Amino acid sequence: MTSVQRALLPLLGFLGLVVFFAFGLTRDPSLLPSEMIDRPLPEFELTELYKPNSIITQDTLVGDITLINIFGSWCVACVVEHPKLMEISQQGAVKLIGVDWRDSRERGRRWLQKNGDPYELVIFDEKSRLAIDLGVTGAPESFLIDKSGQIRYKHIGIITDEVWEDILHPIILNLKAET
Amino acid sequence: MLAMFFSSFAFAQSGLSSEEIESRSRKIGESIRCVVCQNQSIEESDASLAKDMRILIRERVTTGESDAEVIEFMRKRYGDYVLLKPPLQRNTLVLWFLPFLILFAMVVWLLKTVRGPKRSIEFKDDLSEEERNALDKILDTPK
Repeated sequence: MTSVQRALLPLLGFLGLVVFFAFGLTRDPSLLPSEMIDRPLPEFELTELYKPNSIITQDTLVGDITLINIFGSWCVACVVEHPKLMEISQQGAVKLIGVDWRDSRERGRRWLQKNGDPYELVIFDEKSRLAIDLGVTGAPESFLIDKSGQIRYKHIGIITDEVWEDILHPIILNLKAET
Repeated sequence: MLAMFFSSFAFAQSGLSSEEIESRSRKIGESIRCVVCQNQSIEESDASLAKDMRILIRERVTTGESDAEVIEFMRKRYGDYVLLKPPLQRNTLVLWFLPFLILFAMVVWLLKTVRGPKRSIEFKDDLSEEERNALDKILDTPK
């Protein structure tokens, strides 16, 4: 090859690296994509937070479009998110199910008493059984379930007004339109 | 005494001794990434989710699952990223082989630059008689 072409090789190599890094460095690998999308709710058997004798399984949650929200009394960000959940619950746009994760019943109940209880049901997941089956990495995290019990979307982090308006509510409307 | 009593249960359930369960579980745990503190394995991590995962892994090993089955269980829920050793599959071929490719390319380049200059210094043909006489004449003629 000519000496001009040779001289340009390092530049080409550099440009190649730039493209490579532009893709690689702008993605956040700590946000794990959900493996559970388009898969059915995992099988589980846990109890209700307020009624330790009341058993809840995956079948309990099938039939309506559902938002499953993972929270805990130890979770600081959940306090920030909670007012929005109260609002969503009042609007009645979606069935809200809570999962009290890695908590004690006493602390979970007290937290809901203090911050409000927007949930139709609260599943008590002390040992992360359901959380691990859902692929949960922290709280708060929320899952949208369609009428047949399939997981259709996962949101990591706080549900803000923007997240509700721009992402979750549109998906819920789409799911409602599905037969 | 109590340890013997409890370990006898472990033995009964799957034929594994409690030492085996522990060492296998630890080995599996060392290859699973903690999803909270993501540069540590769940064996090293202090996160409570890591602890719950360690407990879950020990339970599954005790009921007789193989190492591969337990790892697949975690991978199914959290994806390839949870494996600290990236699996050899189509989308990781570049990850695995690029270092060797780069090494190979460097060796080739090195050989070319090191050998190249030497070859151009070697003289292909020697001078003929005539040429040598002519050269001597030129050299001996004072300027």
